[in-house]
Amino acid sequence: MKYLQAFGRFWWDFIVGDDWRVAAGLAVALGLTAALTHSGVNAWWLMPPAVGALLAGSVWRAASRD
Amino acid sequence: MSTSEVLILLGAFSASAVEMVEALTIVLGVGVVRGWRSTLIGVGAAAIVLAALVAALGPALTYVPISTLRLIVGALLLAFGMQWLRKAILRSSGHKAMHDEDEAFRRERTEAAAAGREEKAGLDWYAFTVSFKGVLLEGLEVVFIVISFGSAQGRLGLAAAGAAAAVVLVTVAGVLIRGPLERVPENTIKFAVGLLLTSFGCFWGAEGAGVDWPGDELSLLAVLGFLGLLSFVLVRVLRRQRLALRPSGAEA
Repeated sequence: MKYLQAFGRFWWDFIVGDDWRVAAGLAVALGLTAALTHSGVNAWWLMPPAVGALLAGSVWRAASRD
Repeated sequence: MSTSEVLILLGAFSASAVEMVEALTIVLGVGVVRGWRSTLIGVGAAAIVLAALVAALGPALTYVPISTLRLIVGALLLAFGMQWLRKAILRSSGHKAMHDEDEAFRRERTEAAAAGREEKAGLDWYAFTVSFKGVLLEGLEVVFIVISFGSAQGRLGLAAAGAAAAVVLVTVAGVLIRGPLERVPENTIKFAVGLLLTSFGCFWGAEGAGVDWPGDELSLLAVLGFLGLLSFVLVRVLRRQRLALRPSGAEA
């Protein structure tokens, strides 16, 4: 059980890292892009600002805690 | 060579170089104090595991449909790349301490000297496990980048060659200098790699979700430029905010 927890923690740290909100926001943005694209809208313009906003929010939160 | 191929080569090389500098510090710290035989066997064992991962996972991913692969790889690269970029921005703006190879080397040597002597399979077990874990953990990030870069663009060999070239370069530099490579601008390289990973992640993730990018690969450069500019602005703003919050007279 201890090894399983350590294994899960390793992958969580490896992929999600310090700010889970970024990972969750990316999943939402990609899902929204897929939904729009499949309904006929070529939503190429959605991801770059979404990534920018998530990055800015994440560093701002970290800096504010400093 | 296309734009994306050049960026893949650069990304794999830079990511590998910066991770190998950190691995080299661990290996040198342990090897100098505990001796080289067990340390180098640990390095070799980790290198075999990492090479096996690339050899097994890389070809296996060619069976996944390209749009699904790009969506998954894009999402992972985004999550991973934004961690690098976030830390690089915080370090550049002074909100996070810079990684100090010289300090890490000193710490590694102290810990290696203090550790007890235990022999297993004819090896100094401390030297073997520390060098094995160090190279494996630093190398896993490189393997992840090589596999994701290589598989999403169908250029695994190119990405692996870029990473291998960096391993050779860092090893040669380490042997020549016989000390940690503290002059390597780690944060600048991590900044660049973070930007590349995030831009590729954004490009492939959206493409995997069904997006048709205007101008095809030119959009990748536009995304890279946009995120680069945003990161630059964020560093400036956060640095200014930090200076404004610093108590007056703190500079003295």
